[in-house]
Amino acid sequence: MANTMTAAKTVKFVVTRQEAPDAKPYTEEFEVPYRPNMNVISALMEIQRNPINATGKQTAPVCWESNCLEEVCGACSMVINGKPRQACSALIDQLEQPIRLEPMKTFPIVRDLVIDRQRMFDSLKRVKAWIPIDGTYDLGPGPRMAETKRQWAYELSKCMTCGVCLEACPNVNDKTSFIGPAPISQVRLFNAHPTGEMNKEERLEALLDDGGIEGCGNSQNCVRSCPKGIPLTTSIAEMNKDTTKLMFKHWFKM
Amino acid sequence: MKRGYFYSRKLHSLLGIIPLGFFILEHMITNYAAYDGGKAAFQDSVKFLNELPLIFFLELFGIWLPLLYHGVYGLYIAYTSRNNVGNYNYGRNIAFMMQRITGVITFIFVTWHLYQTRFQIAIGEVSHEELGTHMNDIVTQPLMFVVYIIGVLAASYHFTNGLWAFLVSWGITVGPRAQKVSSMICTGLFVLMSVLFILSLIGFRSQEFEAAAAAVQQVQSVIG
Ligand code: SF4
Ligand code: FES
Repeated sequence: MANTMTAAKTVKFVVTRQEAPDAKPYTEEFEVPYRPNMNVISALMEIQRNPINATGKQTAPVCWESNCLEEVCGACSMVINGKPRQACSALIDQLEQPIRLEPMKTFPIVRDLVIDRQRMFDSLKRVKAWIPIDGTYDLGPGPRMAETKRQWAYELSKCMTCGVCLEACPNVNDKTSFIGPAPISQVRLFNAHPTGEMNKEERLEALLDDGGIEGCGNSQNCVRSCPKGIPLTTSIAEMNKDTTKLMFKHWFKM
Repeated sequence: MKRGYFYSRKLHSLLGIIPLGFFILEHMITNYAAYDGGKAAFQDSVKFLNELPLIFFLELFGIWLPLLYHGVYGLYIAYTSRNNVGNYNYGRNIAFMMQRITGVITFIFVTWHLYQTRFQIAIGEVSHEELGTHMNDIVTQPLMFVVYIIGVLAASYHFTNGLWAFLVSWGITVGPRAQKVSSMICTGLFVLMSVLFILSLIGFRSQEFEAAAAAVQQVQSVIG
C-alpha cells in the first residue's frame, strides 16, 4: 500500500517500431513519468531524453515527426489506440492505457512512427490543386466570391494533407490505385473558386483517370475520421456528380 | 493517363440497377404470386414471361451478360478492399463490408439457383409447367429452405444497399441529409423485399405445389 502511495504516477506506452523501411516491425513498451496536461508528443520527447524501455534496458529513441504542435500541419499523424489522429492534440488524460502507438501503415514507413506522405502531395499535383494566375502581364482583379460560398469553401481549405482519411479508408491500399478522399475534396475547393473554376474540367479529368474518383466505395470512414471536420463524403458525391456530367458531355460531343 | 477503371466501375454500378435491379424486383413479384395466388397464379406469371417477344435476347442482354459482368467484376472489387470494421465500427463502414459479403453470397447462391432451375429447363429436365413443383421439391428440404432464405436475404440486401450507393456514385444524393433519407427508403425496401421473398418460399412449400397434389389436381380437373 505504502509503495503505491509513494510510487510516481507513470504512463504506459506500447510502440510499434521498425528500424528501416523494409525491416520487420516489432513492439516495445515504455513507461514515462506522468506530468499534468501531457500529450503524446511530450511523452515521445520524454522517451527521447531518456531512451529506456519498460524492462529497464537502454534502447534507440523512438522516431516521430512533428512541426506545428497545434494540429494544423498534419506531420504528426499516427495511429493512437487504433485510430489515426494527430499526436500533438492527443492528450494523455483522455487516452486509455497502455497507449498503443503505431505508424499509419497505408503509407510507406520510414522509421518507427515516421511515414512518407509523398503520395498525397503527388495527388495534389495530379489534380492541379492550385489556381493558375501566372502570366506575362497583370490580369487585374479576379471575380468576387459570394460570401455564402466562401463559408463552405473555407471549411474545405482547412485540409492539412495529414493522411488520416486515407489511413481510415478501406479502399486506399496496396491492391488499388485509389487517390483517396482528401485530393477529391480539394478538386471541389479549387473548382468552387471563381478564378479556379475557369480550369474546372482539367481537375475533373484527373479524377476520371485510373485511380481517380472511381475507387470510392462509400464506406464513409473518411468523414468520421477527419480531424478538421471536412465534409469529405459531400465533396466526393458532388465530384461524382460533376465527373458523371463530364462523362456524358464527352460522349455527346463525339 | 489511362481511364478504363472509371468506365468499368460506372458500368458495374449501372448494371446493378438497370437491368439487374429491375430483374430482381420482377422476380420477386412473379414468385410472390406463388404465395398470393397459389399455383395457378404462379404458372400464369411464368407463362406470361415466357411468351414475351424475343425472350431469348431479353434474357441474354437483360440477365445473363449483365449478371456475368456485375458478378465477376464485383468479386474483383470485393477482393481489393481492406475491410477495417474492427477499428472503425461505424454503420456505413459495416454496410460497406456487408455489401461485399452479401455480394459474394449472392454470386454463389445465384449460380447454384440458376443451375437448379434455369439450367434444368435448358437441358429439358424440367418444363416451365413443372417449375412450381420443382421448387416445392427443393424448398421442402430443410437445408435447402435455409440456403434459399439466406440467399434471398443476401440478394435483397445487396440490391437495396447497392441502390443507396448508386445514388451517391452518380451524384444524385449529395448531402448528408439526402443520403440519410435515401438510406431510410432503401432499408424499407430491403424489409419489404425480404418479406415478399420469404413468403414466396413459404408459398412454394404449400401442398398444392407438391407433385402428388399436382397429380390429384389434374385428375380433379379432368373429372370436374
Ligand atoms: S481531409 Fe481531413 S483527414 Fe484528410 S488529409 Fe485533409 S485534414 Fe487530413
Ligand atoms: S505537429 Fe502539426 S499537426 Fe501535430
